[in-house]
Amino acid sequence: MLELEDVSVSYGSIRALRGISLSVREGELVTLIGSNGAGKSTCLLAISGVLHPQQGRIIHKGQDITRLSPFEVVRRGISQAPEGRHIFARLSVEENLMLGAGQRTDKAGLEKDRRWVYDLFPVLRDRLSQAAGTLSGGEQQMLAMGRALMSRPKLLLLDEPSLGLAPLMVETIFDVTRKVRAEGGTILLVEQNARQALEVADRGYVLETGQIILEGDATSLKNDAGVEKAYLGG
Amino acid sequence: MKAQASSRPLRLLPSLTLLALLLAFVLLVNASASPYIARIVVLTGISIILVVSLNLSNGFTGVFSLGHVGFMAIGAYVSSILTLTLETKAQNLPDLPGWLAHVQMGFLPAMLIGGLVAAVIAVLIGIPLMRLSGHYVSVATLGFLVIVRIVLVNWTRFTRGARTFSGVPAYTTIWWVYGWLAITIYTVWRIVHSPYGRAMLAVRENEIAAQAVGVNVLRSRILAFVVSGFLTAIAGALWAHKVTSFSPGSFYFTQTFNIIIMLVVGGMGSISGSVLGTVLVTLLSELLRNAELGIHIGPVQIPPLYGLAQIILAVAFVLVVVFSRKGLMGDREIDWGRLVSFRGKGTAEGRNEGQGRPDQPQD
Amino acid sequence: MPILQYLAQQTINALSLGSIYALVAIGLAMVFGILRLINFAHGDLMMVACYAAFFLVSTGIGFMPLIVVTLFAAALLGMLTERVAYRPVRGAPDVVMLLTSLAVSIFIENVFIMVVSPVPRSFRSVTPASLDSVHVWAGVSISTINILTVGVTAALFVLLLLFVTRTRVGVAMRAVSEDLLGAKLVGINLNRVILAAFAVGSAMAGVAGILWAARLGKIDPLMGFIPLLKAFVAAVIGGFGSLGGAVLGAYVLGFAEIFIIGFLPPELSSYRDAFVFLLLIFVLLVRPNGILGSTEREKV
Repeated sequence: MLELEDVSVSYGSIRALRGISLSVREGELVTLIGSNGAGKSTCLLAISGVLHPQQGRIIHKGQDITRLSPFEVVRRGISQAPEGRHIFARLSVEENLMLGAGQRTDKAGLEKDRRWVYDLFPVLRDRLSQAAGTLSGGEQQMLAMGRALMSRPKLLLLDEPSLGLAPLMVETIFDVTRKVRAEGGTILLVEQNARQALEVADRGYVLETGQIILEGDATSLKNDAGVEKAYLGG
Repeated sequence: MKAQASSRPLRLLPSLTLLALLLAFVLLVNASASPYIARIVVLTGISIILVVSLNLSNGFTGVFSLGHVGFMAIGAYVSSILTLTLETKAQNLPDLPGWLAHVQMGFLPAMLIGGLVAAVIAVLIGIPLMRLSGHYVSVATLGFLVIVRIVLVNWTRFTRGARTFSGVPAYTTIWWVYGWLAITIYTVWRIVHSPYGRAMLAVRENEIAAQAVGVNVLRSRILAFVVSGFLTAIAGALWAHKVTSFSPGSFYFTQTFNIIIMLVVGGMGSISGSVLGTVLVTLLSELLRNAELGIHIGPVQIPPLYGLAQIILAVAFVLVVVFSRKGLMGDREIDWGRLVSFRGKGTAEGRNEGQGRPDQPQD
Repeated sequence: MPILQYLAQQTINALSLGSIYALVAIGLAMVFGILRLINFAHGDLMMVACYAAFFLVSTGIGFMPLIVVTLFAAALLGMLTERVAYRPVRGAPDVVMLLTSLAVSIFIENVFIMVVSPVPRSFRSVTPASLDSVHVWAGVSISTINILTVGVTAALFVLLLLFVTRTRVGVAMRAVSEDLLGAKLVGINLNRVILAAFAVGSAMAGVAGILWAARLGKIDPLMGFIPLLKAFVAAVIGGFGSLGGAVLGAYVLGFAEIFIIGFLPPELSSYRDAFVFLLLIFVLLVRPNGILGSTEREKV
């Protein structure tokens, strides 16, 4: 469903991504792991249209989306919960979620999805009218994910959802990821927490200094000696 | 991210050559140019002083002062009050306090006092203001400009208020202007290429990183602000004694914008850029000013269009900024070392790469 | 005049003045919150609205349609400046954007100087004579124009509040000024939101312009400059970037200005604007983020 072909992204003279290629098939959960600064976030930002690659193409369902602006990408059903959450602090939780719903006008569908998000993240329902900035870190992460889910995306991009969260929260986040996946969603997960990511994913890519150095299905990656040493603390 | 200027010392041969060229230029103009051209040359020289000293603050430290013309006004008024003949003083400024009414000074001391007053004020407002950054300092310095104007308009005892201040002795010659121009460029160059200067550039590139490395941001900014305030005041004094009459309106928004255009067109952070930008914009302004008076194109007469010059300048400004954000020279200096080297090869120090700043991801 | 009545009188003046500043400051804060741009041309929108009204009066259309068309013109001009001058420099360093808005301002002002003439014109032809009347209540004289100013401003506040909480564009606007990246990622059409911000802010500036001109009785191409600076000060005092802050700052400024004039010795009264700007510098030192802003240093 999604393909990156030889994508390169630079910030001025700094080359963040150097000719990477990856693909995500419908219904899959693919993870992108690698150490800090490897370029993982850059990759997701490029898919979302926030950054435009200097080289290469991004293809979604057969169409070239490389030069689309962010809101056009969202309109195609690709939604992201970014690193650092980027929720709207002074808006209420409810307003945040409704903004996630964006351009949708189907009231019935919206209601259903709202209920679904509340089921996934019950704590949000309790805090609907609170300002999003008053939520704890874990709750904000849930809000970010819930917001992204409100648009019923065909492809969900998650950028470091477990970053900075307590172990219990991390569990919850990954649980939800599994649930979304079970409902038929396609997910591209960027994670530093390689262990958990590989538990939950079908396939994975390892990104290091802007290049894909390894790819394969999750099991073989987990067992790979190099991966174990570098990312799994083995 | 490299700090742009290396700490290369002022190389003797290129700088002497430049000085010689400047001298030759001045002699030439003095000897043979028409009064009109000579006047333009003098005014351009004054503008260059203004722009280069503004660059010290705006271009190199990243403190974008919108109020520098306030210093120009201070230099102009203070020096003029001091140089006015006693008769003119009695006539135009009858209410001056006794100690001032009987003072009449020569050009140099008056000019220096003007510069000093400006420097003191620059210290006073610099200490609080240089802590701010970005828009805030720009707005605050704009506030300073407005305050200066209000004082000028209302302190009629010293300034004749909104009325024209005239009778200023025409002391300014091409020598004065270009002498100070050389001093200005030298001073700014030395500061920029000193440890202070490198600190400033580091701050401009990345304030947080610079602070982390222990650069004393505040001190370098205040220094730049005060020096540039002093030089701007000198330019004001030079200007006042060229045009011999002025009013508070000469030191307000129009003048501010003119200088800023020259600065931006030339490139903030480049001394040679400032010179180029000033010359270009001055020439353009002169052309347009003549056009404003109405021109004939064949049988067609275009009527006087006051304000046209400003409009075109404003448009040109926007265009420059849109298409080339860093102005003509950006951060680079003309490599005099290379130009002057008789061996025809550039020196290793002289080769300057234009270093792009990592662009923000934009929409 | 007895002290209570004097205070009441001055309070009304302060409210009225503060209202005009608030209308201008809101537009400034809206644009700053989204684009981090200080729009110098904002004051000129006031001026353009007034001239539009001035020239339309001769067409004989009624007062209300006149106002509507005028505001429309202001909104259009605001959107035009965004599209033509500000969009191309979006993402540029703050300084560049600041200077661009300066250039736009000078451009607009000089076009009017050139085309219309710098000579002030009387605004009497536009404002209905009824506005000059004065009501006396408990010994306090309140002019109609003050009542109108405060009333219109209050009404506009309500409308604005509804706009930013109940409409999609309005909520999106708040989101964009909260977190730009987040807004992009939820599919907000940035260009549309920005245009809306300019349109709304410019229309409000237009209203402010007409109210200002009604008080002053005359208009000229440079009339927008001082109100703009004052609105600036207001927005900074209250906390630049937040609409509530801009409004609060505007009323604080209105009161400060009126009461400074009241308490200054007469020789210094013409210096009152200087005190206003000293106040600005003072606030910038003590609380650079304004009354409602956080006490953190400006974040990079």
